[in-house]
Amino acid sequence: MTTPATTDVRLPVVTWVRIYIRLFAVQGAWNYETLLGNGIAFCMEPALRLLPGGRGGEAYTSALSRHARYFNSHPYFAGVAVGALARAELEGVAPGMIERFRIALGGPLGSVGDRLVWASWLPLCSLIALTAFGLDARPPLVVAIFLLLYNLGHLSLRAWGLRVGFEKGLRVADALGHPLLRRAPQYVGAAASFLAGVAIPLVAHRVAGGGKMLAAAITLFAIVGGILLARFAEHSEGWRLALAILALFVLYSVLR
Amino acid sequence: MSVMDVVPIVLLAALLGLDVVTFPQAMISRPIVAATAAGAFLDNAFAGLMIGSVLELIALGMLPFGASKYPEWGSASVVGGALFAGQHGSPPGALAVCVLAALMTAVVSGWSMVKLRRINAFRATRLRSELDAGSSDAIVGLQLFGLTADFVRGGLVALAAMLIFRWLVPTIVAVWAAGAVYSQAIVVAIAAVVAAGAVWKIFHSIPRAALYFLAGLAVSMSLLVAR
Repeated sequence: MTTPATTDVRLPVVTWVRIYIRLFAVQGAWNYETLLGNGIAFCMEPALRLLPGGRGGEAYTSALSRHARYFNSHPYFAGVAVGALARAELEGVAPGMIERFRIALGGPLGSVGDRLVWASWLPLCSLIALTAFGLDARPPLVVAIFLLLYNLGHLSLRAWGLRVGFEKGLRVADALGHPLLRRAPQYVGAAASFLAGVAIPLVAHRVAGGGKMLAAAITLFAIVGGILLARFAEHSEGWRLALAILALFVLYSVLR
Repeated sequence: MSVMDVVPIVLLAALLGLDVVTFPQAMISRPIVAATAAGAFLDNAFAGLMIGSVLELIALGMLPFGASKYPEWGSASVVGGALFAGQHGSPPGALAVCVLAALMTAVVSGWSMVKLRRINAFRATRLRSELDAGSSDAIVGLQLFGLTADFVRGGLVALAAMLIFRWLVPTIVAVWAAGAVYSQAIVVAIAAVVAAGAVWKIFHSIPRAALYFLAGLAVSMSLLVAR
């Protein structure tokens, strides 16, 4: 099934660094035809130079052509795919097997990343920064808290993904079942729920001014409105509602 | 705000618009960062942070899943932050009008992102034979085109928004009839409703999420009373 050329493939440090830097631009040519496909080939390219024949060789060009096709994943988890696929190519795994592996890998990398990053880590970091703002933190501190905290997770995740992808190769699915990846969204979600309760009234108080009673009234309004929005407008997006109501409010305040 | 003030704002918007999807997705494009940075460019970081916090509440529920279409907050928050920071003394209505301007910019910018993705798809299709032949030049070229075009896209959207809203915002604020506290309260109440709804949508499946939220409310209310 597989025909490994070598069993102990290694990447030079400079290749690791090149791939890691390229991972930040993995969505540079994101499009509705190949999604992340071109970006995956772009990130893998430094590793493929190590194939027999080197840059421009037959193994190099056929590997690049395989990876510039359709692929989908969460961008922060793309390193897992890049690492695993680079290892498979350098081990000389059969192209058909690599193709099947690519197809199978995309879905899990997308769903794990979406749950862990977009629906957990990002809202948590936003709420922490909003809480800091509500507690009278100065602008540089609020921005620093958000960026340092968020990117501690972001940069680590990209580095971990690339490392574990290359270490595990075609067995990388085991790593995606790591308890931390499975349980983290739940713990982060609990913390974010708590922080939402802290942040919303504090931000309301700091932005609106006008005393504690006004902040309490806004909070009560937000809870009732939020529940109604979530229950009766489940499929609508909050920003659309905000845009419509704000436009009406501006019109009213100007024309009255 | 002079034309010379607009140039660095447009460049900042182009750079932070790039961060949303293409490079490096470090979330420097989040409203709380982008609007504060724009405010800092105009020596009023606090105004930028204030509108950035309101926009952050509204953006909380926007999860950039894969191919979904969403507002582009990076360039829009820079525009919102710059407009609000340029309203000296935060006159009544300024926050409401600037948040509205930022939201409208975010919608247009999101639409332009969809157009750019279609252009990228068109180029990828046109380069198909070279990509199938494993041309690294075609792969790198496609990537660099996408990055450059996204930078230009964010800059053009911000330029257009600044040219329109730079005179529209003061014009509307000048005839604003509602009181200052009332105006600010309405804006933050709308943002708070959207944020509360977003938190419920995202985290309602977490066991005891409502209890955690209520515990957080108790803490914030205690802090407000204690002040």
